Amino acid sequence: MSLPLEHYLIFSLLLLSLGIFGVLARRNAIGVLIAIELILNAVNLNLVVFSRTVSSTPETGQIFAFFVIALAAAGAAVGLAIVMAIYRSRKSVQMQEFNLMKW
Amino acid sequence: MNVLEFLVNSGLYVMMGLALLAGLGAVTMRNLFHSGLCLAFVLMAIAGLYVSVGAEFLAMVQVLIYVGAVLTLIIYAIMLTARLEAPETAAVNSQVLPILIALILFLGCMLPALIRVRWPVTESALQATVSVTSLGQALMTVYIFPFEVTGVLLFAVLIGAVVVARKDRDA
Repeated sequence: MSLPLEHYLIFSLLLLSLGIFGVLARRNAIGVLIAIELILNAVNLNLVVFSRTVSSTPETGQIFAFFVIALAAAGAAVGLAIVMAIYRSRKSVQMQEFNLMKW
Repeated sequence: MNVLEFLVNSGLYVMMGLALLAGLGAVTMRNLFHSGLCLAFVLMAIAGLYVSVGAEFLAMVQVLIYVGAVLTLIIYAIMLTARLEAPETAAVNSQVLPILIALILFLGCMLPALIRVRWPVTESALQATVSVTSLGQALMTVYIFPFEVTGVLLFAVLIGAVVVARKDRDA
């Protein structure tokens, strides 16, 4: 730990905001998935940094981060499969075209 | 503070700044392939930050799984779907202004809170080193149940992704 804790936290807060912006504002569904990866990475960095500074068991944060990485990979796989399935039926990956369930 | 420590710290700040710039590119660039490459830069920079907090094994996992697997998957999906996208469509939707206002309010609440809180940083946690052995032992003893559940989940995802993405021949 060469930098103070707050600097890591501010960095990951800014990265989280960028991810939230991407999730809310992107038109392309794959762009939304990219933004979700940004959010998960910001959270992972927080988990690891907290486990290095304020936790009594230093492994905990890293193990949580492993689980988050595994779940992010699973989410990316299923999300991209859904995007491909929608692309096949709608010929588009733009979010505003995804109105099959709207009436 | 000696010269080496100063160089390492300034390098870390430069890496954080570049990662934020790349993150901005990842969520605003019109060409999705470029934003995928920006995401790759962010992921590598975060792996570097993991090394700087003494989580070398996690940095390796990050490079292997995120940069190696997830990013490849994303770039595959981009290349499979990019054909029909008109390049002149905007990257973001019409709600940008409300989203930006909400995010600025969010940051205005969180940043002062982060800076003002006195985090209970303990000297023992700062001195502790996490070896791969202790990680593996924790994963196999305390966290054995979530570990097994993750295995089942990954199996389900393996089947589910194939089922969702394949062509419906008999439907």
